[in-house]
Amino acid sequence: MEEKVKEIIAEQLGLELEEIKLDSRFVEDLGADSLDLVDLVMKLEDEFEVSIDDEKASNLRTVKDALNFIEKLSRAV
Amino acid sequence: MSRIALVTGGTGGIGKAIVNTLVEDGMKVAFTYNSNTEESEEIEGRFGRDQTKAFKCDISNTDEIKKLVDDVSSAFGTVEVLVNNAGISKNRLVLRTSMEDWKRVMEVNLDGAFALTQAILPGMIKKRWGRIIFVSSVAGLMGNVGQASYASSKAALVGLAKTVAREVSSRSITCNVVAPGLINTTMTREIREEYMKRLMEIIPLKRLGTPEEVASLVSYLSGDTASYITGQVLVVDGGLSM
Ligand SMILES: NC(=O)c1ccc[n+]([C@@H]2O[C@H](COP(=O)([O-])OP(=O)(O)OC[C@H]3O[C@@H](n4cnc5c(N)ncnc54)[C@H](OP(=O)(O)O)[C@@H]3O)[C@@H](O)[C@H]2O)c1
Repeated sequence: MEEKVKEIIAEQLGLELEEIKLDSRFVEDLGADSLDLVDLVMKLEDEFEVSIDDEKASNLRTVKDALNFIEKLSRAV
Repeated sequence: MSRIALVTGGTGGIGKAIVNTLVEDGMKVAFTYNSNTEESEEIEGRFGRDQTKAFKCDISNTDEIKKLVDDVSSAFGTVEVLVNNAGISKNRLVLRTSMEDWKRVMEVNLDGAFALTQAILPGMIKKRWGRIIFVSSVAGLMGNVGQASYASSKAALVGLAKTVAREVSSRSITCNVVAPGLINTTMTREIREEYMKRLMEIIPLKRLGTPEEVASLVSYLSGDTASYITGQVLVVDGGLSM
């Protein structure tokens, strides 16, 4: 799952897979802006068939946050 | 590579002219119609289906919008130019406007345009290029006796367009409003003769506009050279609203 999440992030932000580290911060390290984040969350929702509410989504700062969150959600179903 | 455009209400007077002009500009043009199958086939026949293709869609139905976006993208690819043109009016004085008519006009003119724009945006954001044009009306800017629902829906498009323009400007997507005055289509053919006479007196250019005169502005705004124009309301009305 970690690999898949990183792939999606790389594709979405137009970066190389190697640039995506678990502790990379979306905004500061990966250069994402608010549109990128919304778009990314939508892609993750589609890919993992989960639904991430806006408030939770805005708390996702790092790649690890996103991964943990999706793991938790997909275990719940 | 030719650009891909989607025009709603392509079978109407103005919509048809927009489809023609964008095809002449070299775009591949998908257009929607709601009921007029005959006209839609006529347009497809004129240019051939690899240049323009009709899609039946009631713009007030979100399931149909979703299907439309999927179908257009498999037929042509990602939509780069969206023209929200489909619209209806139900003309009654405020005192006589039923809630039902009010809601229907909002559903088609405003909700439909919003839902389609929302569905098309992700593709444009990804492409980092896009042109969105809303066809409003001077009635939305000036108000018009007997058109409360219509004028309100058209005014609301201005707020929507300006917001979209701000939200996606970082992706080189522009979003503008074209507000026609009185254009010679079935919509204006219903106007009573005596009222039409009075209108001619107050329109500085003393005539109705043609659908082509609206389409040429849409064509300009959807091209590469209009890249520094966004969030604007451009009026095509022979001077009526100045
Ligand atoms: N004509 C004018 O003087 C004038 C002035 C200012 C603004 N405008 C605006 O310009 C736009 C085009 O006007 P027009 O004069 O070309 O109008 P029109 O000839 O009446 O055409 C309306 C178009 O909208 C489509 N449509 C109607 N209801 C729909 C629905 N529920 N879902 C999807 N499509 C629907 C129609 O499809 P079908 O034909 O298949 O039913 C048709 O293609 C409208 O937004 C109008 O408000 C017109």
